[in-house]
Amino acid sequence: MRRTKVAVIDYGFGNIKSVINALHYCNAEAYVVDSPLRISNFGGTILPGVGAFGPAVDFLRLKGFDKAIRDYVNSGKMLYGICLGFQLFFTKGYENGSHEGLGLISGEVKKFEFKDELLKIPHMGWNDVNIGNSSYAKKMFFSIDNKENFYFVHSYYVTPEDFMYVSSTCEYGLKFCSSVAYKNLWGSQFHPEKSGGRGLKILSNFVNEVNK
Amino acid sequence: MLGIRLIPCLDVTNGRVVKGTNFINLKDAGDPVELARQYYLDGADEIVFLDITATHEGRDATIDLVRRVAEKVFIPLTVGGGIRTVEDIRNLLNAGADKVSLNSSAVKDPKIVKKASDKFGIQCMVVAIDAKKVKKNRWNVFIHGGRIDTGIDAVVWSRKVTELGAGEILLTSMDKDGTKDGYDLELLKEVSSSVKIPVVASGGAGKIEHFFQACESGASAILVASLFHYKELSIKGVKNYLKSKSIFVRATD
Repeated sequence: MRRTKVAVIDYGFGNIKSVINALHYCNAEAYVVDSPLRISNFGGTILPGVGAFGPAVDFLRLKGFDKAIRDYVNSGKMLYGICLGFQLFFTKGYENGSHEGLGLISGEVKKFEFKDELLKIPHMGWNDVNIGNSSYAKKMFFSIDNKENFYFVHSYYVTPEDFMYVSSTCEYGLKFCSSVAYKNLWGSQFHPEKSGGRGLKILSNFVNEVNK
Repeated sequence: MLGIRLIPCLDVTNGRVVKGTNFINLKDAGDPVELARQYYLDGADEIVFLDITATHEGRDATIDLVRRVAEKVFIPLTVGGGIRTVEDIRNLLNAGADKVSLNSSAVKDPKIVKKASDKFGIQCMVVAIDAKKVKKNRWNVFIHGGRIDTGIDAVVWSRKVTELGAGEILLTSMDKDGTKDGYDLELLKEVSSSVKIPVVASGGAGKIEHFFQACESGASAILVASLFHYKELSIKGVKNYLKSKSIFVRATD
């Protein structure tokens, strides 16, 4: 079988090597893409990312990725955002000031603030997620049990206005949206490329959707 | 529930894993890529590589090691030892490391913590603190593999690195390391209650009970070397034990 080609956007804000390694494990061929013109050649694209919201979205805009990504999603092709890449889907982020996101999903990205001193920030480590009931959630978490653990490391969390996007929730001081899946738009706060076998399964599910 | 992380630590030198007692008398414990892969399959929550000779020798071997491990191991990888510049950090992250751990270089030039954290994010910035008790309720930060007393209070330093943008503290008790007497719980309590970021306990595990004690004393994660390397305890065994004590851990398969 021909290996599925997946683009991994390199905009200087992510451990793209791990994403590429994980895609290879899932029998996909990963292509590093640093120009917005090229993503339209791929049926599936991953927007990785770690770091701060503001500089990341500024850089995406500077390179012209913001429009390219919106056009890409409107064309019906599969997009998966990981961690900061996922947060960038939303309308607005509040990391060191207020920043406009890509606006693919209405909602904000807010900082964890806890009175309980035992709740450390960042939320770092393995936490279990409750998988949603939508048909898209079932595709994303295909053959993964409810309450499985995934690897998180973040100080901000997303708050989608429309619950139909939510494909899983997680609890850390409060219940938050740990992933979205709606039509061709997938994203997760956790790192599927760092979440062992279950994480790799989600990436395989993504690759399978790209093939459809 | 967020689980307590169990983190095997592979001290590497010249491409092999070693673990010292009180930082001297090194013994060979095996091939790092194979060990890392085995720990991943056994249910380790993360893996730490500490390049204990990196201050004196070249770093290319470590970068190559990280690259090879990252191809096979799909859990977070941290690399520490001899990292001095933002460029060193970039090279390790590009090779597939998720976090880097700074020790001596952070003490000598605290600005590097801020610079790297601003650039790559706090999630990848670990500050390792080797602490040794100098009097009642006072631990000093030691650097260069424990050879130099900086005179800096470890608790004060923990707060300082948090402000600079560290995302995690890897706290090693030099008094306990290699003794198997258990973690320095006083030190762990002092540091973890002084900072908002997670603290990884390191140094002194000898019995399974020590893991529970560390959890109860504020550790978000526990670093283990020889006990796992020499198979005195298994990751699964420790996780089952913690679970029986109502401590949440990620299930192993």
